[in-house]
Amino acid sequence: MGSFAYFPHTGEDIRSMLDRCGVNSLDDLYSDVPADFIYKDEYDLDPAMSEQEVREYFEALGRKNVALTVFAGAGAYDHYAPAVIPAITSRSEFLTAYTPYQCEISQGTLRYIFEFQSMICALTGLDVANASMYDGATSAAEAMRLCIASTRAKDTVLVSSTLLPSVLAVVRTYAKWGGIKLVGIPEKDGQTDIGALALLLGSNAVAGAILPQVNRYGIVENHMGAADALHASGALLVEYCDPSVLAVVKTPAEWGADVACGDGQSLGIPLCYGGPYVGFMACRTEHMRKMPGRIVGQTVDGAGRRCYVLTLQAREQHIRREKATSNICSNQSLMALWVTVYLSLMGPQGMKRVNDLCFERSHYLKDSLMSTGLFEDPFPKATFVKEFALKPLVPVESLQQKLLDNGFFGALSDENSYVTFAATEKRTVAQIDALVDVVKSMKA
Amino acid sequence: MRYYDKLVFELGKSGRVAFSLPEAKTGAVIPAELRRSSSPALPELSEVDVVRHYTNLSQMNFGVDTGFYPLGSCTMKYNPKINEEIASMPQWQGIHPLQPDSTVKGVREVYGKMERCLSAITGMARFTFLPCAGAHGELTGLMLMRAYHESRGDSARIKVIVPDSAHGTNPASAAVCGLQIVVVKSRPDGRVDVDDLKPLLGPDVAGIMMTNPNTLGLFERDIKQIAQLVHDCGGLLYYDGANMNPLVGVVRPGDMGFDIMHLNLHKTFSTPHGGGGPGSGPVGVCEKLADLLPSARTSAYNGNFSVILKAYAYILMLGRENVRMAGRLATLNANYIKESLKDVFKLPVEGVCKHEFVFDGLIDDGSSTGQNGATTLDVAKRLLDFGFHAPTIYFPMLFHQSLMIEPTETESKETLDSFIEVMHKIAMEAKNDPSILHNAPHNAPVGRPDETLAARQPVLKFTV
Repeated sequence: MGSFAYFPHTGEDIRSMLDRCGVNSLDDLYSDVPADFIYKDEYDLDPAMSEQEVREYFEALGRKNVALTVFAGAGAYDHYAPAVIPAITSRSEFLTAYTPYQCEISQGTLRYIFEFQSMICALTGLDVANASMYDGATSAAEAMRLCIASTRAKDTVLVSSTLLPSVLAVVRTYAKWGGIKLVGIPEKDGQTDIGALALLLGSNAVAGAILPQVNRYGIVENHMGAADALHASGALLVEYCDPSVLAVVKTPAEWGADVACGDGQSLGIPLCYGGPYVGFMACRTEHMRKMPGRIVGQTVDGAGRRCYVLTLQAREQHIRREKATSNICSNQSLMALWVTVYLSLMGPQGMKRVNDLCFERSHYLKDSLMSTGLFEDPFPKATFVKEFALKPLVPVESLQQKLLDNGFFGALSDENSYVTFAATEKRTVAQIDALVDVVKSMKA
Repeated sequence: MRYYDKLVFELGKSGRVAFSLPEAKTGAVIPAELRRSSSPALPELSEVDVVRHYTNLSQMNFGVDTGFYPLGSCTMKYNPKINEEIASMPQWQGIHPLQPDSTVKGVREVYGKMERCLSAITGMARFTFLPCAGAHGELTGLMLMRAYHESRGDSARIKVIVPDSAHGTNPASAAVCGLQIVVVKSRPDGRVDVDDLKPLLGPDVAGIMMTNPNTLGLFERDIKQIAQLVHDCGGLLYYDGANMNPLVGVVRPGDMGFDIMHLNLHKTFSTPHGGGGPGSGPVGVCEKLADLLPSARTSAYNGNFSVILKAYAYILMLGRENVRMAGRLATLNANYIKESLKDVFKLPVEGVCKHEFVFDGLIDDGSSTGQNGATTLDVAKRLLDFGFHAPTIYFPMLFHQSLMIEPTETESKETLDSFIEVMHKIAMEAKNDPSILHNAPHNAPVGRPDETLAARQPVLKFTV
């Protein structure tokens, strides 16, 4: 022994420790395991690599990926992450801690979660936020469950067909096994049809509706009348939000929503092939005790010093077991720190700037693409901030391949034969012009 | 650690900035009916303010890099630094989750090879990497259990059997999955009571959730018989991988008869816990469930890719030579502490444990001094004074004063010896003057918080 960097035991250590345990060998510690379960073959793993070999192995693997300039969104956006963020989140006091069960030596974690909750409340306008969820899609599924739990004897939740496909897929999975009926709300002119929503409230079974504040086409939706109609029939309004765009558009609270959820990825979290990201959830105070996940609260210690603890734990699985509001245990804490540091750096002015730049770049991209004559604009009156849908007049597959061949990822296709493009503050005018030149080259 | 009082909202000044972005020209034009009425109340700081604030916060935190963290059921092993370097390589950061496979061959190779590694270690046929944590894996696995029965037209199986000693997430995940929970009792030695199990089995049982070793750290030695009984009634066996660590390199859940399992990459495979996530909870299934895996769409994209990268880097370092020692050394460390402290702490079940074990409080809690006796909570708080994280306390609920200790394999004999010495000292303090423990911690940045106040008058966000 002593030949592996993560195992500190010398042969002598093992000998004396086995003596203390009153056994002769390490295998004697497994005397309670039936002998035929002890794996006797060599494990089908590669020989151990040195650290240098591991580094070189992953560098080579990384070279097998094609570096692309991202003009795609669909729930994952290429925003800029300031250098400060990884410098903070890689601090081992944050990185190598666990859930703050011992609050006296976890005030760092507890305090940034409290700040995260405060910032989510500031962005959504709602009263209470939790410590984070796994991702946006699961936050929507949990919001669906909250609707059922907060309203009595109702079994149906309405979901807008303009929600992101990735979110709808997860919500459907949770609903199917959770015994919750989902009914789709149709779209009209690329937005949730609020008139149709009202008609679906005829029966008394609807517990809530999940609507996107920014939808799968990038459109900022108008939800005028939705909250009133839902509340009149005893149902809740859930707004699925892009928290970056929330800095400039009407908040869930302003729309009269009871719950807001979404993915914090747009707050500077790297794309990283889809994770880790961070889900969030906020609600009005009356639904606080139905909220899933950890919640941090402020209190004082014996000396009257302000401090922070995990609170309202009677909602949670380790206390309530099958009666808990959710099965969630840990969440995405370090990514909540990522978002908290991002918002601390950006402030209100930075968030405005990001949205201004996204707006300018994405509109320039759209105008340039339209000028090629190769697209139709299906939603000319819609408001968008960084993502938009077009109907291509060239075959979708050849458009996508042409972009890939030239180092761009964009024109994500949709079952409605639209394609979507996104341009964040990171996309330069030169990059946009280069992409448009590639598209232009498709003219016959 | 020193006390630092500020919230980020209490720093800074209007007009100060910590961002660096190009100037906008025309800006966003949002129609009035869609526009936010006022800008969000976020702090306005310069960059150095942000860095100092979060650095100060970090200094009130205890992590594995700070010291010994014997938190039972959480497997707080050392998190290798090379893993972090691999995960932060720029070549992964900019990849969009929906990119076609032809552009992400390196990424797909990570998933493919990682799946083969996990199959080799667990004996399961295939894995899905979508779940973001252990409880998320449980839920995903139970969905697959139900999907399996449904695919056979067997819709009557709506019950799942869960031991009374199970992690709280087990029954909670089953409830979210629409299953009815049936509790099977433990025998006095902490193991599932096979006689209690038998009458619970029938055509309405979807399966059983077990962790082996169980939450007392004891191997369920009747597992072969349990697997036979559950399979004979048409049910499936789910393995809660939270306690997989002592079995790495020794026993494979697939060989014990388990059909579905999850792994906690943030426990067993060394990725950092991050203050409570992000983790990764891949779910493995046996051959007959493999085709159902795509139906379990429980997260938006491809799971927590960078966590998977870190765990894969760890397995490559471990290799076939070292894998055999991982579980064995974790088990050695746990038994060494148990045998060294059972003279002063009550050990409810004698015999070898696996990666962790549970004491039921102090043998002499000091109540003979006329003061209130020292509780498990008191012991936990006093440990903080000596630079150790506390064990898991008051779980499992089979005992009133549970103190669950899991050292992991990455701790040296010297570290364990100093922990054992401190625990003896605390036991002596309790015996002579338990008030020292009641008032602990004495050296932490804050003392014990008023939790009742926090729950009765919730303050859950900053307000001016």
